[in-house]
Amino acid sequence: MLAESLVLGALLFVIGAFGVLIRRNAIIVFLCIELQLNAVNLSFVALSRYLGIEGQLFVFFVMTVAAAEAAVGLAIIISIFRHYQSVNVENFSLLKW
Amino acid sequence: MGEVIFFILATMAVGGAVGVVLQTNPVGSLLFMVGTLASVAGIFVLLEAHFLAAIQVLVYAGAIMVLFLFVIMLLNLGHDYEPDVKRGLGAFLSFGVVGTLAGVLAGQVRGAEENPVYQFFPGPEGMDRLLQEQGIVGAIARPLFTDYVLAFELVGVLLLVALVGAVALAKKRA
Repeated sequence: MLAESLVLGALLFVIGAFGVLIRRNAIIVFLCIELQLNAVNLSFVALSRYLGIEGQLFVFFVMTVAAAEAAVGLAIIISIFRHYQSVNVENFSLLKW
Repeated sequence: MGEVIFFILATMAVGGAVGVVLQTNPVGSLLFMVGTLASVAGIFVLLEAHFLAAIQVLVYAGAIMVLFLFVIMLLNLGHDYEPDVKRGLGAFLSFGVVGTLAGVLAGQVRGAEENPVYQFFPGPEGMDRLLQEQGIVGAIARPLFTDYVLAFELVGVLLLVALVGAVALAKKRA
């Protein structure tokens, strides 16, 4: 089941990357990043079946960091929405060269 | 039997992921994401990671997705049905980048099960023995509180910092 799980992880990662590139709604972009994190978690768990329990420990830490990242990222989105009245990433061009 | 369940769950996960990307309504997108996370939790169970499957459902599909839902409701974005998908050159370039990425990943996956490096590691039989001896939670908890205790404590600090940062960012300027 290792190869199938790795293929599924790669597929989910690629779909998530496509979503990040093609969507303009900041919340959905964020959701797609979570999807990519989850795809990597799946690969970790699949490999930990062969390589020892450390892979599952790593997934544990990735989930914690993802939770912290979601809290901070959504706070940033709220703060930006107050300023621009929109969550469309095309409006956020202050740092654009 | 396990293979059949795996393919059903994998199809659900990929379908949910495609739904997340294509759905124009943010709430619909979020519900597809919950479906994907639940399917991936099922695959964790098939891979003998029961503890992580529970955490995935409780923390990811439960807490984090509800946080997203709160923000969508708070900013009143739930009825934004206008398509916000990029078109033209941007979409074409995205296809290019994603195709390259898929090619690179496919090259890595081929022959994963026959890699000679696996003979130096426990393998599925060794993992089954470990889970039998120490229990599902014990097998994760033992290294977490011995070898990796520093990382564990630092993650606690990280959560505190994230909490303070989120409150500071989202607070209304006086």
